[in-house]
Amino acid sequence: MTTNAFLQYCLTGISIGGIYALIAIGYTMVYGILRLINFAHGDIFMMAAYFMIFSMVNFALPWYVAIIVVITATVILGVTIERIAYKPLRSAPRMSIMISAIGVSYFLQNVATYLFSALPKPYPAIGFLTKIISFGGISTSVVTFITPILTLAFVFILMQLINHTKIGMAMRAVSKDFETSQLMGIKINRVISFTFVIGCFLAAIGSVLYFTPRPSVYPLAGSLPGLKCFIAAVFGGIGSVPGAVLGGFIIGLSETFIKAAGYSEFSDVFTFILLIVILLIKPTGLFGEKITEKV
Amino acid sequence: MSNILEIKNLVVSYGGIEAVKGINMVVPEGEIVTLIGANGAGKSTTLKSISGLVKPKQASILYKGKEIVGQSPDFIVSQGITLVPEGRRVFPNLTVLENLKIGAYLRKDNLKDDLEYVFTLFPRLREREWQMAGTLSGGEQQMLAVGRALMSRPKVIMMDEPSLGLAPLVVKDIFNIIQTINKEGITVLLIEQNANMALKIAHKAYVIETGTITMEGTGDELLANEEIKQAYLGKTK
Ligand SMILES: Nc1ncnc2c1ncn2[C@@H]1O[C@H](COP(=O)(O)OP(=O)(O)O)[C@@H](O)[C@H]1O
Ligand SMILES: [Mg+2]
Repeated sequence: MTTNAFLQYCLTGISIGGIYALIAIGYTMVYGILRLINFAHGDIFMMAAYFMIFSMVNFALPWYVAIIVVITATVILGVTIERIAYKPLRSAPRMSIMISAIGVSYFLQNVATYLFSALPKPYPAIGFLTKIISFGGISTSVVTFITPILTLAFVFILMQLINHTKIGMAMRAVSKDFETSQLMGIKINRVISFTFVIGCFLAAIGSVLYFTPRPSVYPLAGSLPGLKCFIAAVFGGIGSVPGAVLGGFIIGLSETFIKAAGYSEFSDVFTFILLIVILLIKPTGLFGEKITEKV
Repeated sequence: MSNILEIKNLVVSYGGIEAVKGINMVVPEGEIVTLIGANGAGKSTTLKSISGLVKPKQASILYKGKEIVGQSPDFIVSQGITLVPEGRRVFPNLTVLENLKIGAYLRKDNLKDDLEYVFTLFPRLREREWQMAGTLSGGEQQMLAVGRALMSRPKVIMMDEPSLGLAPLVVKDIFNIIQTINKEGITVLLIEQNANMALKIAHKAYVIETGTITMEGTGDELLANEEIKQAYLGKTK
């Protein structure tokens, strides 16, 4: 492998890794606050892609307006799901809410199939994002180049929010102890909704970045990326934002290099092997704390 | 003196089993009132009902003459009733300073004076401002839990077994602090299994047994009571 090719793959790897990281944050934050694996998260990401098609193709909105519409619609979808499918189960056994999440996942896939048919729909091209740029012997599309930069910027802002704002402090408190948080005067349902807002916002951004270089969207398009990002979150230590980000980058890079080595079919298998290995060696993931039952 | 809290016919059941079976209590403003009783008698349930964490099956709880049953916990805190929960329950993943700040979550004004006040009461907390609360000792966590509650500027502070699991010297400190806080005008509703110390500082006391109030009187009256001596103070005739 030449140096150039190596750098090229690195860029591709951290770019897809960045997208995985954005989605993995949604899994990890929801888990952190509700101890729930939001199986519907990958499908929310898929719905965001259809929202983009709607905005740009059906309503012919310019891309920058379309992105705002996509983010808004995705956030509304996520918060609504939380209100309808998870909130009523707040004091139910953990398993009930997990099953509800699986139900929502199938529901979204079927709604998408019903509304948009199972056939792939072409994803709109955002002119400047697909432009090819070259530097230092590497040529790449703008989207591949800006994805890791955007990811790191959002992660930085998110960490500031979590660690240095009042709502961030409330999120950390609620993730440890619902009852005592209520005693402080925190409205826990608001904090939980806010967590879904962040997760869905990042999933919407991730969706635009993921689908832009790809030709089309279909109702199951969120399943595999969703699963990989869930694995990224587990790998990094579910509940930990830096862990999810690191997990996303590691999976993105590994996958790219495995494909580059000519084992394309094997790249997804690798992700699952990674899951099994981490669960065997360090079940709490890289940065995970000991999983405690919340009282 | 008027009653800041009046609890009338409080009934709480968990899944059909009554944990509190129609108790009546009054908490006069500015006093220390204690509720003593064995494990499982329904003490915590009573406090959680006042805080709005538990929805009673039936009750009237008047705070300054106004009904608060059915209100949310955040409303009740905002009105000036705070609870230091059993087992301290500081947020282990927040620093000491953050734990104090979160106690004032509903307040929008400047916290500087209040922080200073808490640090004067508990100088140990000032030294450990940046430490994660989870790494504090049990006694320090209890101080933090009390400090955190004070940050909401309560009129009534309820404490659920603050001496549980603490060394005798630390317990003494905590009881001193309770009296100090009370002298500054905050009404205290104190739950204890450590009946001896609680009765010594209490103006008024209630005894709860399996969800029913079985005795009431001033702290001194109950201290002198033979039944209490045998059942709660570990003394035999
Ligand atoms: N969340 C709950 N679910 C079911 N039963 C409970 C719950 N909390 C307390 N109880 C029961 O209610 C009774 C009173 O408990 P509690 O108020 O905690 O007593 P105390 O604080 O006096 O030790 C006990 O029998 C206890 O087992
Ligand atoms: Mg108790």
